[in-house]
Order: sequence, then C-alpha cells, then structure tokens
Amino acid sequence: MSDETALPVGAEAIRDKGYWLAYRFLILRRVSQAFFLGLFLLGPWFGIWWVKGNLSGSLTFNFLPLTDPFIALQGMVAGHWPELTALIGAVIVGMTYALIGGRVYCSWVCPINPVTDAASWLHRKLDLPKGWQPKRGTKYFMLAMVLSVSVLTGTVAWEFVNPISMLHRGLIFGAGFAWALVLSVFLLDLLLARRGWCGHLCPVGAFYGLLGSKSLLRVTAQKRAACDDCMDCFAVCPEMQVITPALRGKDADTPLILSPDCTNCGRCIDVCSVEVFHFTHRFDETLAPGRVRDRTNPAPKVGKAA
Amino acid sequence: MSATSTQPKSPARRRFLQDSARGTAGYAVAGMTLAWFVQDARALPDRAIRPPGALPEDDFLAACIRCGLCVRGCPYDTLVLAELGVDGAATGTPFFTARDVPCEMCEDIPCVAACPTGALDQGLTDIDESRMGLAVLIDQENCLNALGLRCDVCYRVCPVIDQAITLERRHNERSGHHAIFMPVVHSDHCTGCGKCGKSCVLPGEAAIKVLPIRVAQADQAEHYKRSWEQRPDIVDEIIDLPDRLPGDGTDNLAAPGGFEPTFKLPKGATTGGVGQ
Repeated sequence: MSDETALPVGAEAIRDKGYWLAYRFLILRRVSQAFFLGLFLLGPWFGIWWVKGNLSGSLTFNFLPLTDPFIALQGMVAGHWPELTALIGAVIVGMTYALIGGRVYCSWVCPINPVTDAASWLHRKLDLPKGWQPKRGTKYFMLAMVLSVSVLTGTVAWEFVNPISMLHRGLIFGAGFAWALVLSVFLLDLLLARRGWCGHLCPVGAFYGLLGSKSLLRVTAQKRAACDDCMDCFAVCPEMQVITPALRGKDADTPLILSPDCTNCGRCIDVCSVEVFHFTHRFDETLAPGRVRDRTNPAPKVGKAA
Repeated sequence: MSATSTQPKSPARRRFLQDSARGTAGYAVAGMTLAWFVQDARALPDRAIRPPGALPEDDFLAACIRCGLCVRGCPYDTLVLAELGVDGAATGTPFFTARDVPCEMCEDIPCVAACPTGALDQGLTDIDESRMGLAVLIDQENCLNALGLRCDVCYRVCPVIDQAITLERRHNERSGHHAIFMPVVHSDHCTGCGKCGKSCVLPGEAAIKVLPIRVAQADQAEHYKRSWEQRPDIVDEIIDLPDRLPGDGTDNLAAPGGFEPTFKLPKGATTGGVGQ
C-alpha cells in the first residue's frame, strides 16, 4: 500500500486530471442510461412515439424491432417459438452486445445500475461491512435455475420477478408495487451483501456476460508499470476481481481485462490518477511491462480482499 | 481398508465437493421458490380478459415477453399491462377489464399486428373470429329485461347484434299477460369484446359480464351422444302414420292424410265417410 491509499477514492484523480476526466465515464454512463430510458419515456410523457415498448421488446421508428435475447431464450425453452419479428430483434440485440461487450448492457443501459451504484456509493460512505459474498459462480447457478424453471413451468420465468423489467416497465407503463422489488435490491446491496445483486446474483447479467465473453471492446491496464497502489480502481470497480490479473500481471501476461464479468463501465479509467487504464480492443497486443517492484517486493494480495 | 483411506482427501477436492453441494442446494431452493411464485402468479383472475388472438393462458405465458407493444397498438387505451400487486394478472402481461373499457373490435386488429412474438396469434385476421371471452347474463334477478322491462342496451350495443345476443320472447309469469325479452348470448358469435358488460345500465356490477371462455363454458360431455348432430340420417323423413277416423268398420283409413287400402272392401261399404 502507498500513501495514496489513505486518500478518499478518486481524490488524486480529481487533483491531477480535473473533474471532467475523473468522472468522465460515470457521467457518460448516466447520460447513456438516461438516454435509453428517455427514449422509451418520450412516448408516454410527451407523445413522441419514436420508441414503443420497453427493454423486453421494442419497436423504433415503426421499423426496428429489438428483443431481449435472454427473454426470447426463456420463451423458447418454455416451448414457444417466437414470430420472426421477435427473433430478428433478439439477434440484433444479441449480436450488438456480443460485439461491444455483453455486460455493457449492465453498466450503460440497465435501469437497475444507478440503484445498485447508489447502494454501493452509500455503502462506501457509511463504511459498512461487505456482508454476504456469494461465490462468483452463483449467478451462473441462477441462470441455470431460471432456464430450468422456464422449462418446468412453461413460462418466461424470470419475468415474474425480474427487478430490471419491473422498474423499466413500471416507469413507462405504471409500476404498482414493483418499486418494492427495486428497494429490495437497494437494501440487499447496501446492508446484506456489497455489490450483491449485479455482481453475484442477477441471471440477466450472467447471461449478458456469457454473451459477450469474446467481445471486442476491452479495458486494458497497459500502463500498469505506473500503478502507485492507491487502490481506487478496486474501490470503484463493481467486479474488482477482474482487475487483478491485468493490473498485477507480469511482463508476459496480457494487460487486457478479459473476464466476462467486466461491465466496461470505465470507472477504473476515471479514478486512476496515473492513467493506467484505457479502452481498447481484445486484439490489442501492445507490450505492457509489469511493475518493476514486483521482482523485489511481491504485490499486495489485493485479490483476496476482493 | 488401507490406512491411507482414512486420511483427508485433498483440500481442493473437498472444497469442490462442498461448493458443488452448496451451489446445487442454492439452485434448488431458489428454483423452487421461483417455481412456486410462478405457479401462484399465473392464476389469471376472471375479471382480466386477454387481448384478441391471445393464445391459451398456458401458452401465452411462454410467448408473451411483456413488452407492451399491443398496449401501444390499441387506439382506445383498452389494453393495460398488469401492475405488480395491483392487478391480478401476471405482472406486465396485457389485459383489459370490460366493465371499464371494452374492446372496440378494430377491423385491422392493431394489437395483434403489433405483437412481435405471436403471443397474440397472427393468424387472427377477422376480428369477428376472436374469442377473448364469452358474455354471460350472470344476474338474471336484477337484469331489467329479465324483470320484464325493456332495457335492451346490451343487445343494442353488441357489435354482432342478433347473432351474439338475441332477445328471446318469453311469457311473463309474474304479470300473467306481458312478455319478457330475455337477452341470450350465443357462443358461436360472441367475441367477448365486453361492450354489453360495459353498457349494462345497472350501477356497480353489471348483470351481463364477459368471462374467460375457460370459466364461462362447460365441456361437452363426450359420453352423451347428441344423435341429432352426429347422425342426422337417423331419421330419413317425416313418417306420416295413417289416421284412424270414425267410419264404417274398423279399417277406415281413407281419410285426409291416409291412404286407400290395398284390399277391396265389400260392395256397398262406404269409404271415407265422415259424420256418421
């Protein structure tokens, strides 16, 4: 650990790079989330029907059909082969995320993300214990569970409880008591399990993670030699385990963050005052020497803390 | 048993087995909870009528992605998406409450055209063929027509007037000399649009209601043969039996509707004599 570790998260980045560069991707993500939600709200709020429907299925400019591929998959295993419109929509969405990163959905589009980010922020401010931390594989069990229940009950099973579509549809069509589910997710992440929902349990995130496991857009820790151990990237990263292999890698290890868990949120790029990280593509083979001090002084076992 | 078998196995193997067991248990617990919830949530209330062309409820819940495009397609704001804990239907699925806003039976069926998955059957092209539900005159004690008054509103507003609802004239037993014009629904023409229930003049609950087909209609009893439907040839034609009329002898059959006997009567005997 370095002296920088003691400073508040992001303080050095603001000092060295200014507010814009220290919050760039956070602001862009909030703009993106508001943009995608706003597109759907233009119709019901202002009567501008560019986009109809919701994240489960939509029609843009009365021409472009989009369907959530995870919902389409549940319907198929439940025994209904959808009409061509929904299939085309699911293929378009699926291909897009397979290309740019599956969990880009999670951090740039999903309306639950601001909720869990808020819980995480408050969790850090209140310095709460991290609580229950399910194994990283739990979300894949959840994914398998959802598909099994879809088969057994012959329904699109996750849509009975999915807080994402409950919130999104609730804002557009009327929520009923759906806010209670959203509040549950917030409280889970705040008090019971730090980063519990998106990172450990949500089967939608697990699905998109698998979908984008070979995606192009990646964060790289190319200037990892410059890392000053301030630990801010680990503090802000919703999936901090993905950073370690890239940041603490030796000369021969790739600096690319290749884990399908990475949501490409870009917060690590924001908070790094020495600009270790940047966005690139998965075939970027630029050489990235590991930290020199590694040879004499073993790196702190930050992976365990995560 | 060798001594080595009592030694602990490798920690990695133990951890793997423990993690697998825990994962499987969590999977089963979460799965059963979700399955229970799904079973519970798919009980569709009788008041909620699905849009035209909706697949049978079991298939519908596999097909509907709850996108609400049918709701956007509906020009009369008839359809709504069920809200969690407010409406009984599965959250996010489309339905309408006929007493509030009935289906206007658009000829181009925009809700079906908007459905991307086929949860609303694209094969439905004639709205008169849709079977959203079935109207039932459920309260025959308070229906004004059933009381012998002439309300007739449900009959008048029916888009399939004189086919889906007819007025059947009956004797008014109460007054003894008036008629009752009883509204009668015919399932082979009723689309379940709900306009009758919407316009029923009674305050509060309507006397005539659209119910889901599964509630409104009984199954045909297979073990009771409807001979007139299954064997229309069982009776060839009307058999005109000979009429016996008063007259000479006991074989006086040559009467109107009768026939001449093939045998010869003794001379002097009269045939077909009436009024003797």
